[in-house]
Amino acid sequence: MGKLNRSRNLSDADDIYAALIAAHEGLSDEESTALNARLILTLFNHIGDADVIGEALEVATLAGQQERHKAL
Amino acid sequence: MLEDRYNLAHRLYPYSRSVDQDAATPAHHQVIVIGGGPVGMAAALELGLKGIETLVLDDHEGVGQGSRAICFSKRCLEIAHRLGAAGPMMEKGVEWSLGRVFHGEREVFEFNLLPEEGHRFPAFINLQQPYFEKYLVERIRQAQAEGVPIEIRGRNKVTDIDTDSDKVALQIETPDGQYSLTADWVIAADGAGSPTRKMMGLGFDGKVFEDNFLIADVRMKADFPVERRFWFEPPFKGSGDSALLHKQPDGEWRIDFQIGWHIDREKELQDENIRARLDAMLSPMGIDYEIVWTSIYTFQCRRMEKFRHDRVIFVGDSCHQVSPFGARGCNSGMQDVDNLGWKLKRVIDGLSPEELLDSYDEERIAATDENILNSTRSTDFITPKSTISKVFRNAVLDLSEENDFARPFVNSGRLSIPATLDGSTLNTQDDLPGAPARSRPGAVCPDAPLDGDFLLDRLGGRFAVLAIGVDVPDFQGDIDADRLMFSKGQFPVLEERYLGGTEQAIYLIRPDQHVAGRWADWSIDAVCKAFGRATGMAEKG
Repeated sequence: MGKLNRSRNLSDADDIYAALIAAHEGLSDEESTALNARLILTLFNHIGDADVIGEALEVATLAGQQERHKAL
Repeated sequence: MLEDRYNLAHRLYPYSRSVDQDAATPAHHQVIVIGGGPVGMAAALELGLKGIETLVLDDHEGVGQGSRAICFSKRCLEIAHRLGAAGPMMEKGVEWSLGRVFHGEREVFEFNLLPEEGHRFPAFINLQQPYFEKYLVERIRQAQAEGVPIEIRGRNKVTDIDTDSDKVALQIETPDGQYSLTADWVIAADGAGSPTRKMMGLGFDGKVFEDNFLIADVRMKADFPVERRFWFEPPFKGSGDSALLHKQPDGEWRIDFQIGWHIDREKELQDENIRARLDAMLSPMGIDYEIVWTSIYTFQCRRMEKFRHDRVIFVGDSCHQVSPFGARGCNSGMQDVDNLGWKLKRVIDGLSPEELLDSYDEERIAATDENILNSTRSTDFITPKSTISKVFRNAVLDLSEENDFARPFVNSGRLSIPATLDGSTLNTQDDLPGAPARSRPGAVCPDAPLDGDFLLDRLGGRFAVLAIGVDVPDFQGDIDADRLMFSKGQFPVLEERYLGGTEQAIYLIRPDQHVAGRWADWSIDAVCKAFGRATGMAEKG
């Protein structure tokens, strides 16, 4: 299919997840949202491929549309 | 005075007056274990079977009710097997290795904890804790009949303890009043609220999680498969923010509901309120049930700074406490006993210096920190502490429904696996290139099928040299260890787990079935040196 890697690609998911949550510790909701924005833009640059980013946007959008629950 | 803190499931060791209570001067015992829970009883068996005179003091007369620990891991069963107690546990317990995780209605993740064959024990059994404890006590009774020097005293509550470098003095309360005892060594296995720890004024620091969980053991006819089921935001509204379901023996099921921090505990424990939650889950499926036992728990992740304090050594929940997600409580306490037993035996027999006991601290504190890390992370995922943490948690769950790549982030508990003692000062550096990492120095020996039995049946209790594809001369006189030799091509699974890509191997294995060192070729000097290191007789460095 596309160019986005959709298979498991991390050997230490728990460590990475913990680092992510730790980076947000003590931030207000607004500060957290801003951190996420900076993080996404930084990763976009690393990816460096508009097609891959486009597919990732699609995956993230679709997963959110399954409206089984309202976020919070 | 001596009031029960809980109701008993089995009254196994009623109080009876001991001659020690009439002694003019305090009677002396080699080892006294404080606390008759699963870890204390396992410690008594471990030491008694090694010929050490061991007295268990418990402030109750038997085992308490409730499924409590419920999930007993493969490693825990291997240890119980070495102590001769696993048979009835396996006969009674419900085996499982599959876990399924749901978000609302949808399954988001599935894990198989033991995807390979060739092990005597399954990944887990579910068994109500009272059975586990009862089988340990029955094993002690059997051992006593064979002359094993263990004694259990019910309704003996330790009220004062004083330790110095050569003995421990205890003050004990009984229905007939106080008496005193002394011991060479004391093992404190008196649980998370450890009175021993408090009497000694020792700290127990860590992190409190602000949530409550309602546990219910219910008897019901249900055709859920035998697997661990966990729901984030369960579809059965009104039960809890998460739910966990386990099958148990006797037609019972164990259900845990996450019910929030700001609750009225007494109110939640009222029958009608418990039923309201259970009804929310079970009524839509038309399931009738009967409540057997309920409790509400909160939890903390914490440990003592050191587990050994002179001649008092802490084991199990008395020195470390974790959240229940991951089955790392009782299962790690059993590993404490496994680690301590042979070391204390060597020290008592004068074969190793007392410093060998410092490696108990070193190795089990490292294992504890691993347990605390894993259980803290699971808890952070299950009960997110902040809005953003919950946003990420739900993002993982949303992605996981359609996207396999997101599933490794789903954390409903990373279930107990045996601690690998990487970095222990007792290990000798790996000298077997190309061999599997799973059997590296520090690891628990992976089990493997042999001639109708299993490798771990033949290891444990004593040091052993395991040789595969290479002859080892008789080394008695140099090293006090058993010798196991297998020729190449004899047992393929054994070779896969111990040789990997190599042709031959020599392993030195500790009495607790952990690998101490491994080599490609036999060298008495190398093995002697490793043996010295593993028994605390070599200079460090």
